[in-house]
Amino acid sequence: MKTAKKNAWTNAWLTVLKRDLLLALRRRSDIATTLFFFVIVSSLFPLGIGPEAAVLSSIAPGVLWVAALLAGMISLSRLFSADFTDGTLEQILLAPQPLALLVTAKILAHWLVCGLPVVLLAPLIGLQYALPNEALLVLVYSLLLGTPALSLIGAIGAALTLGVRGSGLLVALLVLPLYIPALIFGAGAVAASQHGMSAEAHLSLLAACSLLSLVLAPLATAAALRISVE
Amino acid sequence: MNINWFKYSSPQTFYPLAGKMIPWFTWLAVVLAMAGLYVSFAIAPTDFQQGEAYRIIFVHVPAAWMSMVIYIAMAGWAAVGLALNARLSAMMAQALAPTGAIFTLLALVTGSLWGKPMWGAWWVWDARLTSELILLFLYLGFMALQSSIDDPRRADRAGALLALVGVVNVPIIYFSVKWWNTLHQGSTINMGVAPKMAATMLLGMLLMALAFWVYTVAVALMRVRCIILERECSTDWVKELSTGGQA
Amino acid sequence: MQWASWSAFFNMGGYAFYVWFSFGLTALCVVWEVLALRKRSQQALRLSQLLAQN
Repeated sequence: MKTAKKNAWTNAWLTVLKRDLLLALRRRSDIATTLFFFVIVSSLFPLGIGPEAAVLSSIAPGVLWVAALLAGMISLSRLFSADFTDGTLEQILLAPQPLALLVTAKILAHWLVCGLPVVLLAPLIGLQYALPNEALLVLVYSLLLGTPALSLIGAIGAALTLGVRGSGLLVALLVLPLYIPALIFGAGAVAASQHGMSAEAHLSLLAACSLLSLVLAPLATAAALRISVE
Repeated sequence: MNINWFKYSSPQTFYPLAGKMIPWFTWLAVVLAMAGLYVSFAIAPTDFQQGEAYRIIFVHVPAAWMSMVIYIAMAGWAAVGLALNARLSAMMAQALAPTGAIFTLLALVTGSLWGKPMWGAWWVWDARLTSELILLFLYLGFMALQSSIDDPRRADRAGALLALVGVVNVPIIYFSVKWWNTLHQGSTINMGVAPKMAATMLLGMLLMALAFWVYTVAVALMRVRCIILERECSTDWVKELSTGGQA
Repeated sequence: MQWASWSAFFNMGGYAFYVWFSFGLTALCVVWEVLALRKRSQQALRLSQLLAQN
């Protein structure tokens, strides 16, 4: 009995994940938009500041992290809005499986589609900023540990602003202040490795942020979805 | 004496009760502010390091305290509103937010007015000022979310959830900003309460903080009355109230 | 009393601008908030008065 229930949960979770990934693959331009945004934003800074390698490498951790944060944020509105308009979201809300669990599948799909490509592309942009190899590695680690927290926290904002007028800007206002710890620890990790220090403390704190949001954010997102859809 | 508290949880019965409480809190706030100003300007001695400019802390520190207290109170009302499905609690949370935002803004402006003569710069990325700035963003987000949702029930509950998410995040944000600050500034500029403060200075600050506190209660009650009137403007009791002339 | 004269009091040891701006702004915010709320409640009452007449 218990295993049957567990199987049903896993099945439902996998179904939601597969469906979201399939939809994303069918609309590949969405993935491209997020990536292009990340590349463009991070390429604007050298144009505004000048090509001096020393200056660029000192601002690189912050700039790349802020660019990744903004890229993750602009894609948030897609997380639930399509499902909201075509009625799928109501079906998910009515499903017998716990909503918070199904929400994690949607967030994971969002991260795989919008977060992971940015993480993989970041070292290339880092090269443009004259980051040394070691710092590039830490940059990838920090983004890998930190971007899940961004997707998780962002999901709360996306759920709260579902179907609200001007939701794109509103999401920014709600979510960006909550991203600050991830930004501080993530950019701090890269900066620490640049200065020849260990980035371990920063990375552990970043992982702690991600774990904490993994526990709390799905619950808050589920509650927010019920408030928004009811 | 056995007071039926639930009786006052309906907006209709709370409206006149709040009306009766407002004058008391207003006058208490005036008296406390007078006493606080007297202590801060007439009794508290000149600081031997900062001269007279330190007197800014008599508004800066209480405003900063209140900005945090109000956020916690707001989240508390929001939690009660969500848990008990009480309309009035959600209205209280909504009524507190603008006052909290004003105190946060005041803490920021007075902090930079103090920073200019002390550090020679209007803005210093010190841990307290930065956290206060982020707190302002949190208040603005809460107010923006509530004002952009038309359905008041949904606005109440969405705002309440956001306030709770915010209150969980505030300690984390504060810790991260402190961490960031200690890494990036070798010399720690300690803003705020000097370790050795004259007792009269502390008294002035406490009196001002109490005055702000009582003022907040008075203003929140005024605003909650406005919100009740606006939400219930088509109900019979409000129509009777507005035409009967006994506001 | 801390002050030799009223002008010394207003001068605030040379920090008059910073000190009085801080306190003035706080007072301004308080007065504005109270007046704005009074106006808001009058408007709400007028609205329900209109609703009652119709």
